[in-house]
Amino acid sequence: MSVNELMEQTRAGYQLENVGFRYPGRTEWAVRELTLAITPGDVVGIIGPNGSGKSTLLKLLAGLLRPQQGAVQLDGRLLGHYTIRALAQRVAVVPQSVQFVFPFTVREIVGMGRLPHRAARSDWWRGWRPERPADRGAVQDALSGMELEPVADRSILELSGGERQKVLLARSLAQQPSILLLDEPTAALDWHHQSVVYRRARALNQEQGVTVVLVSHDLNLAALFARRLVLLDRGRVRRVGTPDEVLTQAELDALYAQAVVVDRHPSADAPRVTLRP
Amino acid sequence: MTRRWSPAWLFTASALLLGGSILLALGWGSVAIPWGAIPSLFRQWVSGAPLSPPAMVLWEIRLPRILLAGLIGGVLAVVGASLQALLRNALADPYVLGVSSGAALGAVVGGLISHSLHEANLVLFLWAFGGSLLTLFILYRIASVHGLLPVQTLLLAGVVINAIFSALVLFAVAMVEPSRLFGLLSWLMGSIGSADYRIVGLLFVYSLAGLLFLIGKAEQLNLLTLGDESAQSLGVEPERLKRLVFVVTALLTGAVVSLSGMIGFIGMMVPHALRLLVGPDHRVLLPAAAVVGAAFLILADLLARSLLAPTELPVGVITALLGGPFFLVLLWQRRQGAIVSE
Repeated sequence: MSVNELMEQTRAGYQLENVGFRYPGRTEWAVRELTLAITPGDVVGIIGPNGSGKSTLLKLLAGLLRPQQGAVQLDGRLLGHYTIRALAQRVAVVPQSVQFVFPFTVREIVGMGRLPHRAARSDWWRGWRPERPADRGAVQDALSGMELEPVADRSILELSGGERQKVLLARSLAQQPSILLLDEPTAALDWHHQSVVYRRARALNQEQGVTVVLVSHDLNLAALFARRLVLLDRGRVRRVGTPDEVLTQAELDALYAQAVVVDRHPSADAPRVTLRP
Repeated sequence: MTRRWSPAWLFTASALLLGGSILLALGWGSVAIPWGAIPSLFRQWVSGAPLSPPAMVLWEIRLPRILLAGLIGGVLAVVGASLQALLRNALADPYVLGVSSGAALGAVVGGLISHSLHEANLVLFLWAFGGSLLTLFILYRIASVHGLLPVQTLLLAGVVINAIFSALVLFAVAMVEPSRLFGLLSWLMGSIGSADYRIVGLLFVYSLAGLLFLIGKAEQLNLLTLGDESAQSLGVEPERLKRLVFVVTALLTGAVVSLSGMIGFIGMMVPHALRLLVGPDHRVLLPAAAVVGAAFLILADLLARSLLAPTELPVGVITALLGGPFFLVLLWQRRQGAIVSE
């Protein structure tokens, strides 16, 4: 075992053991008996039918939900033992959408990604610490990385859905996380905007080793984007593996109760799933 | 492109506005005092010599009243802006949530018991404070679901609580002897009555503490306007922040209502107008709302005491008549802007 491999094992990434989560007032478990490891630097796609627990799993990873059973560990420490701010310094979440109510500019929203990094013992006056050059630089990089400079000083309320989604990803970039969690970030976007978002997330993974976890109901997108897929079925892990191992005809036919064709993507080394009419 | 005033220009302008309002309100009234005489009357006051009648009017009646109006206006504007961030709704203010009517009910009950209605005193303040805390408690028990405060439930609960408490206030008012009715009604509709420096000083310390707290939370409020999950994933505990802001705004509202009754529209209008000028960043918005809210209520109170002089109008009537149409115009302009930019 090389030194690098050893280091990777001790850094450990996410470890989920026998995790169960039930929304308040519900009798069914949204996620149950879920055991999963996500290694640092991986690109993982979480897929499955509607209601299989994809978004719940992502929120558990983000620390937005606390499991009622089992344990979620990040780098060998229980997620609940991190302060909310320490977690925000490591993990960034790009939500499906955010409802903006006030006319913040794009630059202001992206700048909010710096809040977890502004140093202060107490959070009382944290927002009042002057911006450091590092903060300004991170915001500027995030804006240019997402091609948002032309609209940087416009109100978010004037932007289209695709542009708003790019702003949310830019905010996560400004956060400089080691883990990026994407919750169907492009479900409502056209192909150009989808491709901008995924190219940037991929580049982040390849250049800086950021771990990326993507939730998607779009199997082809997940197959193209992720190195490893986690297929969920009613809150449990049904299959984990490379896209070729997970997206098989038999598996999908049974899970989705819908006949599909699985063949090869014509230009990428990935499986392709299409509906059988 | 979003064009905004720079913070430096904004604070210069609003400081000038506040200073101008104070000077205007000092000179204007049923006893005419030329502005040129103000410096010499000031020297008379500072020297400790026996005051001439104009100096008495200026320093013992007008100035404390102006300062009280300014404090109340500033507090209402900041409370409104904070609640709007908390509820992610530009229309929220202490009245919508029923916190003001809870405080008013407390003050009315306290006044009936202690026979000291519409006189600023500690008893009324404590009762109003109790009323707003009670409202808060009821709101929280009704609107919180598993420790969370969903906005729609909260607003709905606020509206209903407001209706119930307003009815109870009217019920209590019906029991008041007719000779005291006018004073009570005028207080209920919001009025800055007489003030003395002791009350002004106490309110200043009290509201400064509250305002500093809220201003200190400004950037976290910015995050909260993007929703609980955004706030939490950027290191802010949304429920804790909401509870803190909620309690502080209720404390401020209780104090203000016990002194001046229910003055509407400032908490809704001042932050709204300022947001159009300087944007929604609470680090700029909250201090600016304090200054502009102060100027606004000083001017409104000036109108209230001079329009039908020597009769005084409740200042709540003025703020509603000024604030309502202004608010509609702003809303209309914003709608135009939104249509153009789409």
